[in-house]
Amino acid sequence: MRLEPVANPTLLRTVGLPALALFGTVVAASLLAMIAGAQPFSVLGLIVKGAFGSKFAALETLNRATPLIFTGLAVAVAFRAQLWNIGAEAQLYVGAVVTVVLGTGALAWPAFALLPTIAVAAMLAGAVVLLVPTFLKTRFGVDEVVTTLLLNFVVLLWVSMLLEGALKDPMGLGWPKSARLIAEARLPRMVEGLRLHWGFGLALISALVVWVIQRRTTLGYEMRAVGLNKEAARFAGIPVNTVLIKTALLSGGLAALAGFSEVAGLKGSLTLDISPGFGYTGIIVAMLALLNPLGVVVAALFVAGIFVGADSMSRAAGVPTYLADIMLALALLMMVLAIMLTKFRVRRD
Amino acid sequence: MEIIDILISASFWTAAIRIASPLIFAALGELICERAGVLNLGIEGIMVVGAFAGWMAVYLGGGLWLGVAVAMASGMLFGLLHGTLTVPFGLSQHVVGLGITLLATSLTYYCYRLALPEVTSPPKIEAFQPFEIPLLSDIPLVGPALFSQTPLTYLAFVLVIVVTVVLYRTPLGLALRAAGENPAAVEAQGLSVTAIRMGAVMVGSGLMAVGGAFLTMSAFNSFFFEMVNGRGWICIALVVFGSWRPGKTLLGAVLFAAFDALQIRVQQTSLGADIPYQIFLMAPYILSILALVIMSRRAQVPAALMVPFNKGER
Amino acid sequence: MTKTDEAQVVLRLSSITKRFGKLTANDAISFDLAKGEVIALLGENGAGKTTLMNILFGHYTADEGEVEVFGQRLPPGQPKAALQAGVGMVHQHFTLADNMTVLENIVLGTEPLWRMGFGRSAARRRILALVEDYGLRVDPDATVGSLTVGERQRVEILKALYRDARILILDEPTAVLTPQETEDLFATMRKAVAHGLSVIFISHKLHEVTAISSRVVVLRHGKLVAEARTADVDRHQLAQMMVGAEVPPPAVREAAPGEVLVALEGVSTPDRGAAPGLKSANMALRGGQIIGLAGVSGNGQAALADLIGGLIAPASGRLRLKDGVPSDWNPRAALAAGIARIPEDRHKTGTIADFDLTENAVLELYAKPPFSRRGWMDWGAARDFTQKVIERYDVRCPGAETRIRLLSGGNMQKLILGRVLETAPDVVLANQPVRGLDIGALTYVHEQLLAARDRGAAVLLISEDLDEITALSDVIHVISEGRLSPAFGRGELTTAELGVWMAGHGFEGETHAA
Repeated sequence: MRLEPVANPTLLRTVGLPALALFGTVVAASLLAMIAGAQPFSVLGLIVKGAFGSKFAALETLNRATPLIFTGLAVAVAFRAQLWNIGAEAQLYVGAVVTVVLGTGALAWPAFALLPTIAVAAMLAGAVVLLVPTFLKTRFGVDEVVTTLLLNFVVLLWVSMLLEGALKDPMGLGWPKSARLIAEARLPRMVEGLRLHWGFGLALISALVVWVIQRRTTLGYEMRAVGLNKEAARFAGIPVNTVLIKTALLSGGLAALAGFSEVAGLKGSLTLDISPGFGYTGIIVAMLALLNPLGVVVAALFVAGIFVGADSMSRAAGVPTYLADIMLALALLMMVLAIMLTKFRVRRD
Repeated sequence: MEIIDILISASFWTAAIRIASPLIFAALGELICERAGVLNLGIEGIMVVGAFAGWMAVYLGGGLWLGVAVAMASGMLFGLLHGTLTVPFGLSQHVVGLGITLLATSLTYYCYRLALPEVTSPPKIEAFQPFEIPLLSDIPLVGPALFSQTPLTYLAFVLVIVVTVVLYRTPLGLALRAAGENPAAVEAQGLSVTAIRMGAVMVGSGLMAVGGAFLTMSAFNSFFFEMVNGRGWICIALVVFGSWRPGKTLLGAVLFAAFDALQIRVQQTSLGADIPYQIFLMAPYILSILALVIMSRRAQVPAALMVPFNKGER
Repeated sequence: MTKTDEAQVVLRLSSITKRFGKLTANDAISFDLAKGEVIALLGENGAGKTTLMNILFGHYTADEGEVEVFGQRLPPGQPKAALQAGVGMVHQHFTLADNMTVLENIVLGTEPLWRMGFGRSAARRRILALVEDYGLRVDPDATVGSLTVGERQRVEILKALYRDARILILDEPTAVLTPQETEDLFATMRKAVAHGLSVIFISHKLHEVTAISSRVVVLRHGKLVAEARTADVDRHQLAQMMVGAEVPPPAVREAAPGEVLVALEGVSTPDRGAAPGLKSANMALRGGQIIGLAGVSGNGQAALADLIGGLIAPASGRLRLKDGVPSDWNPRAALAAGIARIPEDRHKTGTIADFDLTENAVLELYAKPPFSRRGWMDWGAARDFTQKVIERYDVRCPGAETRIRLLSGGNMQKLILGRVLETAPDVVLANQPVRGLDIGALTYVHEQLLAARDRGAAVLLISEDLDEITALSDVIHVISEGRLSPAFGRGELTTAELGVWMAGHGFEGETHAA
């Protein structure tokens, strides 16, 4: 069997194959739901209803999408430069820790000064966390996939330690939880009366900013060049290591904003379970979006919808919520295969 | 000194070898994949699958060795999926591996929830019992550590020897190594790179699953969530640390496990009382990162690792 | 057409046709190979020679046609079948695993995979016997990565002989050899014929063809256009058959050497693995000259190219530019100094395959106006520039937004040429500029290099093709294991004498004034 490039892919091919991938995911999910004893189509209907069926559900989906947009962007930016940032989870938590450290009264500033300061500080912290594995990669050739992954475990344990020690809420009931943020450190609601905070707005703005960077700036051009062919970029004079460092700064910063957004926008304090794997899910979001920043927004909404819908479906139909993760894993694998098939044809030898 | 006391106690080394066993299986599995040129990031998920499948087979009434076989088969199935996507289809090994880890893990949890919906504490099975080898197990210190282990541990050690022999002394091993060095060389000698790589990924994944099964069938006797807890990723570091050689990888696994066993015991000492337990838990991961940094500088990486082979692309 | 005696036919190709998309690489090609013959398969780059041999060996499957070896039909697309039928191939790009030993590379695939051990000592004995018999000197326990190019080729040949090949295919074997090594190779081929083997060897070098082959088969644009006994044709006829018309050698005007634009003063660079660094190299690049660098690949050309191109800095000695010794040396400094680089590998280093033509055209220039200002790209200016390059340098493409991977090698090279020459550089570093190009593109590139030289630029031409060097260069240096010979003027040394330097002799006790 051989792969042959397709010179002029038809529209049917470029759109049809990814659509087929999503359809395949849905079919597989239905089969699994059937094994769980539920009606396949009702399960899907429940997911959709649970995600967008009511105002409450839709807002919940938007809230769930917010951190995913940030981590999705973080991963998309990094992957585009062939920097395999699997550590968005750690960067998220570090951003959350910084938010709590600065936002629980240490700085008694008004909101318009405090919020941007905390956001920037969080971004810097997240950037530093990714900078270490990136530096190890550029200087020593250490593969960043494993180092970023292992750092996730380390950082999570560190946060657990802080929550039981230095950051522990003195007024809490002994739970490992941080103190609450002061009012000035909270992200306001986007619309009066609705449970949607400005983290979502910030996420959308971030997506736009990343898009502009990638298309219109020299940095974006450099990141793409380095990601596609490091050697050619180096030969042409592009400072590859500097570009990777800048990419790490941007990527780590974006992931940290997810933590900032969750603490300052949604929760108001830090607990260990603030992220059910947003950093990892960001990878799925980025891949489904084909690393396109605007696509990340769409993919994040899709993925958030699946999770929110699955929660609600699970309560109604008794199918374990892990169905959502299965669907996403299948979607990822099938999408990657479908995308390849839009560009290449399979030839029997 | 308490630490010295720990280090010279037989129970410490026994624990170290026991902790090393799943790592040995899984790291050997990853080594086989990577030597053939394929990075298998599905290792974490495949270990979860193996842990569950093996345990489940026994829970449903099968024998222990049947459980091991079931675990291996389930690992090979995921290996088949990984191999199909990365070898003939040439998709990114990073993305496919991570996708498979997610798929394998979530499928496992899903099936567990379906099979045992109302349990609060995980049910137990009759796990492998330690099997003392007469005479040898009476040697002080080394005896109990090496010769009073469960049969699966003995299998792990035997496997290291088998993999070494096959890799360096058989035509199959030569072909596998060549596939990871220069697939064009393999193809030009009339062998199929696709078949070799896929076979390697399947066998490797089978071993990874057995590593997972060790956790539920030998080290502990029940399955619970977050059981694998990053061991898969640590095994990837171990392969680099071992320079892709089975013997050195074994050494790395034992050293790492010894460190892990040590940190558990130090927690109970007076030294441990002052330091938060999280620091101890962090240590293995930090150690793995350090191991990677040290070894990456001199790594003898298989030259064609992660380079997809496109037949006919000349 | 000569008729071959049926009883003696060892190989028959019947109407072999192979298409890649719209391109017909082989068009109904048929010919026979008789026992003991040496056929030279001749044709310029892109004529379809390698494709045809790949079909014979099983790397590709023909769309139409058949191959018969010793009267039996050869199952298509399986190297295994070809090997079993007695076909052995020495590839142009060696198929060897660098991290494994010579012995391991040779025995790979020769034993069934289910066997539990090797006959390692028996294998070693057989290999040493072949080494002795054919004069292919190489150590079976050496790691391939440590061998020279000539030694690696011997391993490739041994692989085929070890498997009892009766038909030996050699794909452009002399491209990487010194003249002496070429003679050794011919001796090996004659030995093989004496042992009853039949040989097909691919080449585009006419003097080799006449030296070693008994018959010539000429391909052009995928078709077989001529077949003759070597004794019956001369080089002019062959050249005509290859390209359809007599191609005059490029008109080289008299050189008026200008000032020294780049000078190496005792420069040494560290070795990088098997690739040697420069060893106290002295060289002066003068404007208005083509300076040719002759040498077998892997003797330090990469180090020199990387040095002048800004990728490495001298570890000792000095690199002197027109304005003095640069304090910081990197690709951007080289570009600022007016040094234009055409890299050796247009796919790996010269272009980014999934970028379009515009994005590729500004790879070296994007950081400055008019293409960007303070970090913001001006894609309009970039597109205008690209359009200019496309028109001036005859880049055939659907448009500036085409992904460059869809272009042919020749057009890619023209884009690279255009993007560097448009900046009116003082120095042009052309590293294997016509490798793999067809005669049309090749001629165009040579013309552009000559034009640059006529405008006053210094052109450093690095090439494995000694004929190219001697035809174009005003001044020739030879490189061997990182050492640079003194400069020789045009016509000063014969090819054989150059070959002596290429083989590393002549460096001791240099009698020639620098």
